Amino acid sequence: MNLNLKKESLRKVNETLQSIDRKSNKKIFKISNPDGNHAICAGLKDEIEVTIDGHTGYYCAGMNMNANIIVNGNVGTGVAENMMSGTVHVKGNASQSAGATAHGGTLIIDGDTSSRCGISMKGIDIIVKGSVGHMSAFMAQSGNLVICGDAGDALGDSIYEANIFIKGKVKSLGADCEEKKMKKKDQNILRSLLKKASINESEIKNFKMYGSARKLYNFNIDNVSEY
Amino acid sequence: MCGIVGIYLKNKKYNSQLGKFLTGMMNSMATRGPDSAGFAIYSSEKKKKYKYSVCSNTDQVKEISKKLSKHVKDIKVKSISDHLIIETAMKPKKFIEILKNHEELSLVGYGSCIEIFKQVGNPKDVVKNFSLEKFSGSHAIGHTRMATESAITTDGSHPYSTGEDECLVHNGSLSNHNNLRRSLQKKGIEIKSMNDTEVAAGYISNGLSDKKSLKETLLDGLKDLDGFYTFISGTKNGMAIVRDEIACKPAVVAETKDYVAIASEFQAMAHLPNVNSAKIFEPEPGKVYSWGK
Repeated sequence: MNLNLKKESLRKVNETLQSIDRKSNKKIFKISNPDGNHAICAGLKDEIEVTIDGHTGYYCAGMNMNANIIVNGNVGTGVAENMMSGTVHVKGNASQSAGATAHGGTLIIDGDTSSRCGISMKGIDIIVKGSVGHMSAFMAQSGNLVICGDAGDALGDSIYEANIFIKGKVKSLGADCEEKKMKKKDQNILRSLLKKASINESEIKNFKMYGSARKLYNFNIDNVSEY
Repeated sequence: MCGIVGIYLKNKKYNSQLGKFLTGMMNSMATRGPDSAGFAIYSSEKKKKYKYSVCSNTDQVKEISKKLSKHVKDIKVKSISDHLIIETAMKPKKFIEILKNHEELSLVGYGSCIEIFKQVGNPKDVVKNFSLEKFSGSHAIGHTRMATESAITTDGSHPYSTGEDECLVHNGSLSNHNNLRRSLQKKGIEIKSMNDTEVAAGYISNGLSDKKSLKETLLDGLKDLDGFYTFISGTKNGMAIVRDEIACKPAVVAETKDYVAIASEFQAMAHLPNVNSAKIFEPEPGKVYSWGK
């Protein structure tokens, strides 16, 4: 089914996609002329496939559940923010806060993302084939962020229990983020993520892993004079 | 919030459509800034002539022309909505002094190729009032304002121009503008309003008058201007964009072989020709990008 945003309103298009008749066989949708509109495909909850042909604005595929959303273009701020499950695949670049606060699902970005990719992520798997901007994985709580390119300043600042896998250079690490030794278990996680994004798994050896030093978890008496 | 837009045409075939392009960009940024709007248009340079963009609170163009022509010879006045574009060979220093004697007129910009228009109201109405669609030129910069730092007045609207053929639009806010205003005023830069952006415009004018390039001035600004901002600055020769190091104020650039467009959001340029095949990127924090002759 084709949905043309030049002919139909964004609200109408989103409503159509949010209220799929689960008994029908209509599972594949295409959206044309997104023209940078915000909140395209926000709040989908069924196992459908939606392809967006063009560039989108903010919060594309936000709060996604179950749906498989493909964007043939760039996305604005907060793509797949608060996603619960499903897959979002961006063929271009993403702006700030990609996958912010998302609880689950997979976000694949073929290009680069700008700052704060995976900020406060809570279980999502994010695979960025390009580079990420500053403050990525800021306060990340759970899930995995795979970066095939480089990372900007303050990677993993105040990180909790998320994993960061990175192949390129890290400009600087944020507070309480440190390099970890990659164990078999971690390699398996990375292998499955690379596979999801169709990246050759022989690349695993080129990745480094970062995570929390867990020094910010509890009050440290040595820091008492700071308060 | 605020919306900022800019377009620089590399291919002259689009010059006659500059106003049309900018109208679309401003209209789609109306949601980011519904309080007031303004724009600066650069067209071909008039040798030995100056254009003074003036906001007037009277519509009696004939009387004004008559009054001014007592002091100034060879004067041509064009009236668009509540603005006048006064064209004369008289040099800025002298002419600005004369303007000061006319309370009903306030200068919003001047130069050999710049024209500036700004007004309180929804951007969609403002661009209609000034018939922006009809303008042609080589590059243009626009702003839609959601007021935070100073009152909703024409004085508080962007673009700000504190030097010949210069202009600045800003999304963000500055926290050290009071100190900077004082130090710039001491150096002789005229800053009329209490607005933070006008101070940044003055800062750039000061840098340029020290014979620094626009790029150098904006890089220095990263150290001296405290706050958060995305700036688009225009000069006779082109335009530049810079974002502060934190980069929480958005910007996206689309570049084709025919033009470069900058906007707060991509939707502002979705109507531009062949934009879907343009090179689209987000300016990196703390880096100056410029285009021009």
